[in-house]
Amino acid sequence: MAAASTRLTALRARGAIPGFGASLGVTLLWLGLIVLVPLAALAVRPWELGVQGVLRSLAEPRVLAALRLSFLASLAAAAVNLPIGLLLAWVLVRDRFPGRRLLDGAIDLPFALPTAVAGLALTALYAPEGWLGAPLGALGLKVAYTPLGVGIAMLFVGLPFVVRSVEPVLRDLPREAEEAAATLGANRLQTLLRVVLPALMPALLAGFAMAFARGLGEYGSVIFIAGNMPMVSEIAPLLITIRLEQYDYAGAAAVGLAMLLLAFMILLLLNWLQRWGRAK
Amino acid sequence: MSVSVQGLCRRFGNAAALRDIDLEVRSGEFVALLGPSGSGKTTLLRILAGLEAADAGRVLIEGQDMADVPVRSRRIGFVFQHYALFRHMSVFENIAFGLRIRPRATRPPRAEIARRVTALLERVQIPELAARRPDQISGGQRQRAALARALAIEPRLLLLDEPFGALDAEVRKGLRRWLRDLHRDMGLTSIFVTHDQDEAMELADRVAVMRGGAIVQYDTPEELVEHPADAFVAGFLGEAVRLEAQWDGTALRFDPLPLAPLPASALRQAPRAPGPALAFIRPRDWQVLPVAEAGNATLRARRPTGHGVRLELELGPLIVEAELPGSPLRPGDACLLRPGAARAFATG
Repeated sequence: MAAASTRLTALRARGAIPGFGASLGVTLLWLGLIVLVPLAALAVRPWELGVQGVLRSLAEPRVLAALRLSFLASLAAAAVNLPIGLLLAWVLVRDRFPGRRLLDGAIDLPFALPTAVAGLALTALYAPEGWLGAPLGALGLKVAYTPLGVGIAMLFVGLPFVVRSVEPVLRDLPREAEEAAATLGANRLQTLLRVVLPALMPALLAGFAMAFARGLGEYGSVIFIAGNMPMVSEIAPLLITIRLEQYDYAGAAAVGLAMLLLAFMILLLLNWLQRWGRAK
Repeated sequence: MSVSVQGLCRRFGNAAALRDIDLEVRSGEFVALLGPSGSGKTTLLRILAGLEAADAGRVLIEGQDMADVPVRSRRIGFVFQHYALFRHMSVFENIAFGLRIRPRATRPPRAEIARRVTALLERVQIPELAARRPDQISGGQRQRAALARALAIEPRLLLLDEPFGALDAEVRKGLRRWLRDLHRDMGLTSIFVTHDQDEAMELADRVAVMRGGAIVQYDTPEELVEHPADAFVAGFLGEAVRLEAQWDGTALRFDPLPLAPLPASALRQAPRAPGPALAFIRPRDWQVLPVAEAGNATLRARRPTGHGVRLELELGPLIVEAELPGSPLRPGDACLLRPGAARAFATG
């Protein structure tokens, strides 16, 4: 207790925002009400089934398949969004071309669009007879109603997170650093790998984490294009909804809890990577 | 390494940034590019480094044309105005960068790199900062780190863009002396850009005064002060008040200002031709005499300077500063103000 209060005093002495005690209190209260209480409810609910029940409910092949699809697809989508988002941010920051502002605005559309609208549009586009679905189908690539479709929808909603987290850091990155690397004898690849990317790494990781989290939690845009075939293209959030509709509240909460724990572990890992990168 | 710039031109859109620049730098020389902002000095420096391309003209280093030599192959050390240190690397890694990225064939072994970086850290007097990040050290320390990083590649030529621009006056002074010694001890050939004439005068063997993308005069500091090529150089160097005057071949008149004419014998430099002229009078060239009755000037303020007194005088519509060994005048007193010497340039 004494140690904690000394630490608080030290924080207070350093803090620039006045009213440290009050603001900390408000922060904790708000965080508690908005985030922690609902999560706690989620954590408590499934145990109505008993430990055995929860495990049995999670071990169903359909649940495992859905969880696997949700996590793998959202990780893959975030991984693909990473280089593409970086490229887009690069073009937006470094290049001047007509229509740049338009493109800049368009990037935020997945943020703003109701996800169901995005889902309908994507489905129409990638359906077997759609504009993109037909030619892709001719190539033997089926997108709609497959796990690939799930990934595409997650790509769509996750992209702005990568772009918007990298963009300000890139804008802040002085061109002189790249010029300095050149005067020291670095070629372009060396400059990119040793000077630019390391400087962007925290922002890239943050963007990846947010894109992953959004993809994992995405519901509206995915369920239309996914087709929702159990064991094949059914995502975990949908499974939760299905259980809720069957009044299996505890079962739904069990899947939710599993998602929560897995997501938390992955985000914690990314956070740790970020810290480690900064301390290095 | 000798540098030879021949007929260099560069335009940005419609504005000429550099027009027909010629510049010769001898091996071992310390040269300053001095000029107001927008005079093209930084552009010239960047072209030398290869960071910017010229529209016309040639840059020769040791007689070799640099046109097709990319930046990374030039082996020219460049110290940026804001240092451009790599923020995610320690000071040590920053300095080692130029050695670590060399192709395997020419890259020194790890231990050798560590030895060289340590030696450089000691040379720039920051051995204790090796493990720090650039954002954890002061401006002057960053300047030293940036310099050590540029020196690590054993450059043929060292270029510095406003090397002291971002530092406060106290740090500047110390670093200047230190940089001059470093240049001499390491046998470098260096060119630096500055808008501070004191800095140029104190550091450089020769100073190129630039204006509007051209070199107005390129000379030793002594020559620049004693024989400025034109009114711009005279006005830019040293603190002097500029007065419009008329030159008739024998005396310089200051009408309508209530000042006595200055005979030719009192001029350090006389205009080329009779007619309108621009006169430069330094604070120490004024004579200020106490008068019993109406003089031509009034004392506004005075302050001690350490070796005398600095007077702020009102002369008609002008404020003139004069420096004297001593003066009995008090603020508000009338006095007689007389130029004792001047430098004048024909403007007609």
